[in-house]
Amino acid sequence: MENVYFDYAATTPVDERVVEAMMPFFTERFGNANSLYALGRDAYRGLEDARERFASGIGAESPNEVIFTSGGTESDNAALVGILSRLAPQGGAHLIVSAFEHHAVLHPAEWLEKHGYEVSYLRPREDGHIHAEDLKAALRPNTKLVSVMHGNNEIGTVQDIAAFSAIAHEHGALMHTDACQTLGKIPFDVTALGVDAASFSSHKIYGPKGVGALYLKRRTPFETQARGGGQEFKKRSGTQNTPGVVGFTRALELMLEEQPAEMERLARLRDRLILGVTSRLENTEPSASTGKRLPNIAPLLIKGVEGEAMLLQLDNKGIAVSTGSACSSGSLEPSHVLLSIGCPAEVAHGSLRLSLGRFTTDEQVDYFLETFPPIVERLRSMSPVYARMFGSVS
Amino acid sequence: MLYSDKVMDHFNNPRNVGVIEDADGVGEVGNPVCGDMMKITIAVDDSDHIADVKFQTLGCGAAIATSSIVTEMAKGLTLEDAVAISKQQVADELGGLPASKMHCSVLATDGLKVAVDDYLVKHGREPIAGEVKSADPNFDPHADEDHHHDHDEDDADHVHDTAGEDGSCSQCCQRP
Repeated sequence: MENVYFDYAATTPVDERVVEAMMPFFTERFGNANSLYALGRDAYRGLEDARERFASGIGAESPNEVIFTSGGTESDNAALVGILSRLAPQGGAHLIVSAFEHHAVLHPAEWLEKHGYEVSYLRPREDGHIHAEDLKAALRPNTKLVSVMHGNNEIGTVQDIAAFSAIAHEHGALMHTDACQTLGKIPFDVTALGVDAASFSSHKIYGPKGVGALYLKRRTPFETQARGGGQEFKKRSGTQNTPGVVGFTRALELMLEEQPAEMERLARLRDRLILGVTSRLENTEPSASTGKRLPNIAPLLIKGVEGEAMLLQLDNKGIAVSTGSACSSGSLEPSHVLLSIGCPAEVAHGSLRLSLGRFTTDEQVDYFLETFPPIVERLRSMSPVYARMFGSVS
Repeated sequence: MLYSDKVMDHFNNPRNVGVIEDADGVGEVGNPVCGDMMKITIAVDDSDHIADVKFQTLGCGAAIATSSIVTEMAKGLTLEDAVAISKQQVADELGGLPASKMHCSVLATDGLKVAVDDYLVKHGREPIAGEVKSADPNFDPHADEDHHHDHDEDDADHVHDTAGEDGSCSQCCQRP
């Protein structure tokens, strides 16, 4: 079997129905949505039609609450820096972010810390969840913004954002959530979650790369991070990516149409993978297994094996996966997500994330379960410490 | 980051895997906390040549490939020539290594050095390899890389409060 893709949390192929929706906006309806003549007005209609549909898809009260961006990273950066620099232009305000955020949140938080803001990195507990009482304990009199990701990209846990919004609001702080991993995959509604800001990415849901969105609830303080022509309600200047926005919106609609059946199908495949691996191989476990979790992420810890070695061996068999090992993709430290939930570094080096999606089949899961155990057994047999650390070689 | 064909060949078909029973010298370097651990065993003949060498490695593709090639390079060499194999020679022999993986070749040459010195010391002779940092359990394999341990650096990759209580960095094997 060739090209078994188990890395949908990294990116997804663009759905053909999405490509079809985008095509007219490349060649025929190519006008600048800000131009006054017919071609511009036509592109404007396409853009604003997409904005209305997108806003409705996330439960926003008004299309004006949706700002299209270049992706999840830009949205996260803009949310943190844009909100705090308007609320407290001279610094001094306190920001709480969870310690297992994506770097698109952590790094702007660190930047803010160096520029006069206070930042707390709220640790999840070992179950992979942020607990409400821990958030309450982290609040300070000057806490102005809380940012907790909705679904974690590595371990798949889903956080109780509605509860955190209530806590933040009661304290007079605003709430942002990075929803790049959850949009379209599980129910997501900005009003139900009570958030003031939320970040989204198109390429995680079978839309094109280079497109994202930032939800900003009406009247949320925000200092633009892209000055220029004043597009996107003066919140994000730059000629809008009309084909990208149209594609992103179509992608979201398809996700929502298919969501109930897909959630059930993917959760079943996820559980087959987790149970299949842990029953076939000793010293393996899921890194998170309780509470609300994304249906499409199987987070595994394979003790006594280094993640990159597994990744490369699986690649030889046509299977694409991710690992939180230090040695993966040029990074030098094991996953900050796994360390934040108390996973020891030597175990985090053996992490494997399988993320499933629209084109994942039972046959692909079967193929993985057949292919993977011999790879692990071989690598363990080559290790100088496996027998010492874990008893007999399996 | 891309591996050369030769790295992939040695990773997929590693040479000289295993342990020599009753080895003359044993070298163990690295630390599972850092994700890299290597054990090299050697058999030495009467004329101070390496007659046989085997390895076991826990680590990434580069760690396995560098271990494998260093065993090929060392076989038949005098002890002096074996300890003189440099990390650059190992990397060159593999057709190059990504910059972030150069420390793996240090581990491979260090494992060999420790094994040679182990043999010499066991036979009442002076060690010849000099100080081998990775034999220290607190060795930081990334210390010589462009990597920021200063948590105030602009592009530090760490979440600040994960630094260990003793001042160590829990994320990258840096010790105080």
